[in-house]
Amino acid sequence: MTSSQQEATPIIRANKMNKFFGVFHALKDIDLTVARGETVVLCGPSGSGKSTLIRCLNALENHQKGELEVAGVQLTGKRREIDMVRRKTGMVFQSFNLFPHMTVLENCMIAQMRVKKTSKEDARKVAERFLARVHIPEQAGKYPAQLSGGQQQRVAIARALCMSPEVMLFDEPTSALDPEMVREVLETMVELAREGSTMICVTHEMNFARKVANKVVFMDQGSILEIAKPDDFFTNPQHERAKEFLAQILH
Amino acid sequence: MMFQDFTMAHVYYMLNGLLWTIGLALIALTGGSIAGSVLALMAVSRNKLARRIAKLYIFVVQGTPLLVTLFIAYFGANYVGVDVPPLVAISIAFSFYAAAFLGEIWRGSINSVPMGQSEGSHALGLSRVDSMRFIIIPQAVKIATPPTVGFFVMLIKNTSLASVVSITELTRTSQIVSNATFKPLQVYLLAALFYFLVCFPLTIVSRRLEKRLHKS
Ligand SMILES: Nc1ncnc2c1ncn2[C@@H]1O[C@H](COP(=O)(O)OP(=O)(O)OP(=O)(O)O)[C@@H](O)[C@H]1O
Ligand SMILES: [Mg+2]
Repeated sequence: MTSSQQEATPIIRANKMNKFFGVFHALKDIDLTVARGETVVLCGPSGSGKSTLIRCLNALENHQKGELEVAGVQLTGKRREIDMVRRKTGMVFQSFNLFPHMTVLENCMIAQMRVKKTSKEDARKVAERFLARVHIPEQAGKYPAQLSGGQQQRVAIARALCMSPEVMLFDEPTSALDPEMVREVLETMVELAREGSTMICVTHEMNFARKVANKVVFMDQGSILEIAKPDDFFTNPQHERAKEFLAQILH
Repeated sequence: MMFQDFTMAHVYYMLNGLLWTIGLALIALTGGSIAGSVLALMAVSRNKLARRIAKLYIFVVQGTPLLVTLFIAYFGANYVGVDVPPLVAISIAFSFYAAAFLGEIWRGSINSVPMGQSEGSHALGLSRVDSMRFIIIPQAVKIATPPTVGFFVMLIKNTSLASVVSITELTRTSQIVSNATFKPLQVYLLAALFYFLVCFPLTIVSRRLEKRLHKS
């Protein structure tokens, strides 16, 4: 594939994708295309399947029916495909999931060294560069427990970025944070989006969506009900459920 | 019938028994640790058969009184006709016993590392083996240390059961001295002191580790 062709292919292509937990139908006929460079915000009421969907995208969950292609890899459950997709995606969790027994710097180096076989010296340089990019270069030698929540989440973002992913997945990255720390993490995410990263974010921060999202995806009960530009979605939601949802979170 | 006086010679004899006690415990710990780590890894592996075997083993050995296990090893060895010295049979039995308990402690420790840790490492692309080696096991070791030391202490004391099949460890030598001198109280108090002197430092270490764990 030439690079221009690669540019043109979407980073995510889901076609009638379905996911079951036992008999529970968690994702229903998901159709979703995300182009490279886009920022997509996923929202919807609790239990609507946002986390499940985003976790399917890096194969933390496997889907049962339909097609899912991520960064050019068709996911059919094979180990090799899963490994490839995980190399090309980065994920930021609500609960950070930093490694508590490693320093911030080591958190950012371990996967580079083990997965990409980067030398220790180079891994350190890359880690330092991305820690500077999320504005915490001075915390490199500390352990996660010594940082504030907002700082921890920015380490998690830097850690994912160190692997130079083609798409970044965020699952409610600010929901576990105190209000005053939400802003610093959102600012980092806005910067990333403006620099042209491809991002898919589960978040209820509608200001973030307004500022940088190319589209908003609204989910309810395992289905995508609406995909719209942020302005259209906020001013003129099509579905009754979307209206209720917006009324609730914007009061 | 004449009883002997309780002399230093008897004390040395008991100290010799203490050496056997320590030796037996060390063999059981080494064997048990090796087999126990294999069991723990089997119990958390993705392979259903491996998980079943590990769980069954742990279930059976934990459900059998240690004394019975020792008898089976002791008489079983003769029965099969292999000429193994009793000490070897008993060491093996203790190793099997330790493996089940250590395997269970370590399986629990691995499982109590939060799910987010393996998800975090998988999301970064780390393989299952790397995730275990660099992320999960280092954290599990911290969790496992206090109960593991606790089990070591218990194991040292449980080696006294080997006395019933005439292994001349500390309890057996104490019996012999007690019978010869007819000073059971003094003899067994001394034996208790010996056990205490070996186990107490371990208990202290365990407490320290536990405290350090709470801090971090
Ligand atoms: N491992 C699982 N096993 C069984 N059911 C699950 C599992 N994970 C999620 N579910 C169910 O799937 C549905 C969707 O869950 P999901 O976590 O994706 O929702 P969500 O939109 O992220 O909600 P929230 O906003 O609360 O995070 C829920 O009904 C949930 O109970
Ligand atoms: Mg969720």
